[in-house]
Amino acid sequence: MFRTRPDHRTETVQVIVEGRALMVPEGSSAAAAILLAGLASIRETAVSGSPRLPWCMMGICFDCLTEIDGVANRQACMVPVAVGMRIARQHGARDVPR
Amino acid sequence: MTGRRFDAMVIGGGLVGSAIAWGLRREGLSVALLDEGDAAFRASRGNFGLVWVQSKGLGAPWYQRWTRQSAESWPGLADDLAKQNGLSLGLSQPGGLHLCLSDREMNKRAERLEQMKREAGNYGFEYRMLDAREARDLLPGLGPAVVGASFTPYDGHVSPLALLRSRHQGFTALGGVYLPNVKITGIATAPRNFLLETNLGTIQAERAVLAAGLGNAKLAPHFGLKAPVRPQRGQVLVTERTRAALPMPTTTIRQTGEGSIMLGDSVEEVGFDTRQSQPVMAEIAHRAALCFPWIGRLNVVRAWSALRVMSPDGLPIYD
Amino acid sequence: MNLVPVKAPQAPRKFDLAIVGAGPSGMAAAIAAREFGLSVLVVDENAAPGGQVFRAAELAGADPALARDMAPGLELIARFRALDVTYRPGATLWMLDPDTGTLSLSCLNETMEFVAERILLATGAQERPVPIPGWTLPGVMSAGAAQIALKTAGMVPSGRVVLAGQGPLMWLLANQLIRAGVMPVLVETRTQPILRTALEQGGIFSGFAQLTKGIGLILKARQSGMRVISGARHLRAEGAARVQSLRFEGGFEPCDTLLLHEGVIPSTHISMAIGLEHFWDARQLCWRPRLDVFGASTHARIAVAGDGAVIGGWEAAVASGQLAALDAAFRLGRMAQAARDFQAEASADALLQARTLRPFLDALYAPSHEILAPPEESTIICRCEEVTAGSLRWAAAIGATGPNQAKAYLRCGMGPCQGRLCGPTVAAVIAETRNVPVEEVGHFRPRAPYKPITVQELAGAQHGADRLS
Ligand SMILES: Cc1cc2nc3c(=O)[nH]c(=O)nc-3n(C[C@H](O)[C@@H](O)[C@H](O)COP(=O)(O)OP(=O)(O)OC[C@H]3O[C@@H](n4cnc5c(N)ncnc54)[C@H](O)[C@@H]3O)c2cc1C
Ligand SMILES: Cc1cc2nc3c(=O)[nH]c(=O)nc-3n(C[C@H](O)[C@H](O)[C@H](O)COP(=O)(O)OP(=O)(O)OC[C@H]3O[C@@H](n4cnc5c(N)ncnc54)[C@H](O)[C@@H]3O)c2cc1C
Ligand code: FES
Repeated sequence: MFRTRPDHRTETVQVIVEGRALMVPEGSSAAAAILLAGLASIRETAVSGSPRLPWCMMGICFDCLTEIDGVANRQACMVPVAVGMRIARQHGARDVPR
Repeated sequence: MTGRRFDAMVIGGGLVGSAIAWGLRREGLSVALLDEGDAAFRASRGNFGLVWVQSKGLGAPWYQRWTRQSAESWPGLADDLAKQNGLSLGLSQPGGLHLCLSDREMNKRAERLEQMKREAGNYGFEYRMLDAREARDLLPGLGPAVVGASFTPYDGHVSPLALLRSRHQGFTALGGVYLPNVKITGIATAPRNFLLETNLGTIQAERAVLAAGLGNAKLAPHFGLKAPVRPQRGQVLVTERTRAALPMPTTTIRQTGEGSIMLGDSVEEVGFDTRQSQPVMAEIAHRAALCFPWIGRLNVVRAWSALRVMSPDGLPIYD
Repeated sequence: MNLVPVKAPQAPRKFDLAIVGAGPSGMAAAIAAREFGLSVLVVDENAAPGGQVFRAAELAGADPALARDMAPGLELIARFRALDVTYRPGATLWMLDPDTGTLSLSCLNETMEFVAERILLATGAQERPVPIPGWTLPGVMSAGAAQIALKTAGMVPSGRVVLAGQGPLMWLLANQLIRAGVMPVLVETRTQPILRTALEQGGIFSGFAQLTKGIGLILKARQSGMRVISGARHLRAEGAARVQSLRFEGGFEPCDTLLLHEGVIPSTHISMAIGLEHFWDARQLCWRPRLDVFGASTHARIAVAGDGAVIGGWEAAVASGQLAALDAAFRLGRMAQAARDFQAEASADALLQARTLRPFLDALYAPSHEILAPPEESTIICRCEEVTAGSLRWAAAIGATGPNQAKAYLRCGMGPCQGRLCGPTVAAVIAETRNVPVEEVGHFRPRAPYKPITVQELAGAQHGADRLS
């Protein structure tokens, strides 16, 4: 669970995390938006289905794999937020994109 | 560990050596399995996992028969190993397709399999050339670039790494002695007496089996044999896991038990060079995306190159 | 600053020097290389220059929690921004062919290629894994992760925050969090005594300024009323669906966010993948590329600078970047050897000065064995494939002499992170089981693509598209 400090980061961007609209500071990554949304987890692993949230925020661990704008398994901590970005839970192995 | 004696020693702990060592141990012999360490040319760690029959043994009917027979004995082997170790090898033999992306490829393929059938004679060889629509019925999601395919019911795939693990685990469980990180410094041979000087001490046995893959080329002459094998590079790409999407393997695309899609595999004559080459990777990716456009949108999470153990004519070496 | 078009041109554009990473070492190298007239390409997967230490400095510079730490970075970034170099932010290097000097980059889902005479890897460090039981629970993060959230978005963990582990970065983060209005509890795992270590390792006189700064951070945090628990052992994160507490021998701290840290190690993923020779640094307990004083590697085209070469902090990173740029100018025939050596002196001095305190810090904050090789069988080591310490010990016992064979048996290191995170732990557990030193066990052999790219992207890479007849 994270919170913003609006006094010090005034510029914000609206994104949608798991269907809920959310204002996040400009410069955030999609993973930061996930932490701000306060979700219990953002993905279930493909191996055992256990819940995960970001671990490193710098592109090392891949625990932030998320569906972003309809594309599965993106590394959310490496994707800067953009207006209207849709961030959704990754349920284990991805569906086949047909 | 100086001066150990065994009934048999097997040099090389890949799929071939570990299978032979396992078998000898099961027959009650004391067996040493000698292997290199963590970084080694070990085709068994880098292969594609097909249990493949169609087109194997063109121009060599005996090899065609062997291949079929060994594919047929796979279910029994997988059961045996699963019983021994409780480890599933993910064997599946639903038949397989070879996809053709042009009429020329299609014609060449038809000729090839026709010849296989001719050469099979009484043994028989069942295959079908499928048009694009028939192929799509078997493998949904095929792209418009696919003009047709050949099908045989004999083909399948298995997890090669689970097999390797199962062999090593089983051999040790049976009381076999696995000796990795070995460096052979001297070889002395006499009838029913083979002696190796190694960094682990001397190792002596009544019987010796050379299963060192590419290492056999150098080892064989010391035993009065010839094994003129050469390296042939192959590169493989692996995607992230997806839900089950491919009901059967093709010559170059298969979905593993874990859900990854493997894309393979190139054939390159570059000597002992296991570097990757971007143009070849690009070509594998390009062809895969033509065959299945949806695969184009998957992430490649892993890739490698490895060396096949190839004989001069591509056929098994035997006396 | 000129930007190149997103679409790769027919023949890849050529540069004298390509620099991977726009952290302090990469930026300093670019500034120096321009002074010697080299044409320079700088690529970085982040959206802005700064690297780890000065990440998002241009945004965070005005944040009172960070301003003082970001100030030196802002100056460096301003000088970098003013350069006439080709700077490609948001571009990830996914393959490097050292023999041809070809860099393959992924940018907005497209592949770009560039070619360079010399290539400098300035890809920095990563945090050491902290594989305690429960470290995969949601709500457990690395300390660096929380710092990145603070730098890029000004955000802080809410609720009860526990910082656990050791190292200079932990104390820095504690201060930054306090300044940002969060009072963490710090559970320190340090086992080495400060005074004796200082006397044994030396460097405290020449490194006096750094030492005072470090002690200042510790005092400041304590004066602000932060609770510090020292000498904690046997850490475990507990909770059902997310972390609820940190347990350790003789203690228990409830928490909503648990931030772990045990120091940083060079990111060697790319330097290993391209086959540079590496060696085991027994003091910093990590692999490092073998380099000369200028950062030149065992491959004639490649140099490594900054914390990706050896952990030394940002000032050392700047100095080593400058040295690498000088050497590039010399090797490209733009400077005589004598001139290079003469000009190198200032940077070499700065490098020495920046590193004086390192032996002391490395010794003081050496991670304990239970962090390097988790004793409990059920502790997850490979987060991607969920491989445990117990199964690794089993693999080592049946004959896996190193990480690559263990990977073949167990799939550890086969997930999307490609062994970046589990690599050190896998090697340490095998070494412990076989009772041999880690250097004998070896390391994973990473392969391209260094970061996942789509099949389509790979297919579009330079020569691929028109190969198929
Ligand atoms: C999480 C973390 C936080 C840290 N915070 C601090 C701090 O607050 N204060 C401090 O003094 N030190 C900090 N450090 C230590 C840090 O290593 C600094 O000493 C300094 O940032 C090192 O500078 P550098 O130029 O060597 O590398 P870095 O600053 O790490 O820069 C490396 C750059 O390379 C880029 N890169 C890496 N791989 C690729 C790729 N494949 N393609 C494209 N670009 C790539 C990265 O995006 C990054 O910008 C931190 C380290 C870490 C890991
Ligand atoms: C890219 C690729 C794809 C492939 N795809 C398939 C496929 O789909 N289906 C299929 O059936 N086959 C496939 N193969 C072929 C298959 O992998 C090999 O035929 C098989 O692994 C050979 O096993 P081996 O035990 O003979 O050799 P290896 O696995 O190479 O084992 C040889 C062993 O000997 C050891 N050794 C060598 N020298 C010495 C020495 N001096 N002392 C001690 N030990 C030594 C090595 O360390 C190694 O462990 C593929 C191969 C590659 C490279
Ligand atoms: S949180 Fe580690 S890769 Fe994104």
